[in-house]
Amino acid sequence: MSRRDTNQGSYSPADELSELYREIILEHSRAPRNKRIMAGATRCAEGFNPLCGDRVTMYLSMEKDVVRDISFMGTGCAICTASASMMTEHLKGKTDSEARSAFQQFQSKVRGEEAKRETASEAVGDFDRLEALAGVKRFPMRVKCATLPWHTMMAALDQRDQPVSTE
Amino acid sequence: MSITLPATSVDGLISGVSRDYDIERIRADFPILKRTIRGKTLVYLDTAATAQRPLRVIEAVDAFSRGYNANIHRAVHHLSVEATEAFEGARNILRGFINADSIREIIFTRGATESLNIAAQCYAASVLEPGDVILLSNLEHHSNIVPWQMVCEKTGATIKVIPIDDRGEILLDEYEKLLTDRVKIVAVQHVSNSLGTIHPLKKIVGMAHRAGAVVVVDGAQGPPHLKVDVQDLGCDFYAISGHKMYGPTGAGVLYGKRELLEKMPPWLGGGDMIKSVTFEKTIYADPPAKFEAGTPNIAGVIGLGVAAKYLEEAGIERIAAHERDLLDYATPRLETIDGLRIFGKAAHKSGVVSFTLKDIHPHDIGTVLDTEGIAVRTGHHCTQPLMERLGVAATARASFGMYTTRQEIDRLVEGLHKVIEVFG
Repeated sequence: MSRRDTNQGSYSPADELSELYREIILEHSRAPRNKRIMAGATRCAEGFNPLCGDRVTMYLSMEKDVVRDISFMGTGCAICTASASMMTEHLKGKTDSEARSAFQQFQSKVRGEEAKRETASEAVGDFDRLEALAGVKRFPMRVKCATLPWHTMMAALDQRDQPVSTE
Repeated sequence: MSITLPATSVDGLISGVSRDYDIERIRADFPILKRTIRGKTLVYLDTAATAQRPLRVIEAVDAFSRGYNANIHRAVHHLSVEATEAFEGARNILRGFINADSIREIIFTRGATESLNIAAQCYAASVLEPGDVILLSNLEHHSNIVPWQMVCEKTGATIKVIPIDDRGEILLDEYEKLLTDRVKIVAVQHVSNSLGTIHPLKKIVGMAHRAGAVVVVDGAQGPPHLKVDVQDLGCDFYAISGHKMYGPTGAGVLYGKRELLEKMPPWLGGGDMIKSVTFEKTIYADPPAKFEAGTPNIAGVIGLGVAAKYLEEAGIERIAAHERDLLDYATPRLETIDGLRIFGKAAHKSGVVSFTLKDIHPHDIGTVLDTEGIAVRTGHHCTQPLMERLGVAATARASFGMYTTRQEIDRLVEGLHKVIEVFG
């Protein structure tokens, strides 16, 4: 067969699947944290995945450059919802620049790239939980599901006026 | 799962199908069906997105590149003659395939999207006036919505939407009410890509013509699943996608009535669409050349001709009966799955099952099925207004083709049980 089979090495499809849908991800998708409209948000952005029609709205309440509160609303798959939920937990209390470097680090993780050294050194300790989402790297079509909330959060940080898109 | 369902049939077709339709022989024509995905035999249930190609089409495309690659309509040398004959031969095959009156009515395009854009930009944009109305059905694919919005911006015409019922059928009495004398264009699909609804096209065309409107048909899902006779249907334009009828990508057809094509301005300007060019004035060629500027996808068009022949030999009616059998087999089996909801219950339906499963997102359904080697489409299927009408963000869609088997539907059902296992 000239085309590579996607079943590479000793990694079985069942392993890949349980790697993608880890218990923590399923748990966050069933009971997402911080999924609410934030009345007093200081920044807000909408993200959109034209591939599947998923939408995420991120709300940020900034105090100087610290994320005092963060929440989201929208419809998405398990990966998207869990990613948004876990991201909000991770970013609460972080500074603007910590949030930005977490974004870089997360992007690298889910794309299967090693984080750049300088980015990694800036990253803030409790990143481990977000590692749970690294399983998407074996499902290239699903990477955008995981990154949509993060792109939207970045748009909110930048206070871009246009809705962001994964395309 | 241990349910036993009676072998359903439509007018006793099933026994006829099993006698006439040699599914194993047909499957042997499609090399890709032997592939494994993640260690499992491929179950390809995404034919509505793109159909797989029979060996004959693959070989025809290959033979062109190996044996007689040359530009068409140009040189006097032998290879160019062979290439031109094969290309124009495909035009004649397609003419017969949809029973057009003349080969001049068969315009080769990049696909159904380009075909619809030509109808919109070249025909509609030159006849519409402010206040004129274009009617679209609520089921249309984005490629039969966006070109009309672009035309409206240009001309000041407006779009009105023909509503549908909950089964996914066009409401003909509502359509009748919308057909005022301001309606100049009715743009509708033949078969719904999202729900499978086969629309009563001849009736829709007749009603439009009585109201003085021209009918543009998005036929992307038509010819692979049912016999298309454009003269019998009476439509003014009919857009065909090559790769959805087992041909190559990048090749399609716009059928247009000759008198309309002759009045229309050209599409792209360039070589092959002219009679003569001076810097002062260019005289355009007659249709179809007027709409075929530039070197076309020659190999693709030749492959499309071979695909049409292949479909004719297999028998469109037999394929339709086979797909109907699959639909009747799949529908009750899928409905026994707890929490599965099928969208689209039209009386006349092609081999498409669009569904949701509990509150599991279709993308998650698609990924789990993928690990079982099963390819389905998930998302809005380029029909966001329809999804809004149905009240869902997305669905999963299994679509069947001439090579699909009942065993593959069994695999789908098993796969969906796996989905439930993962998501509970």
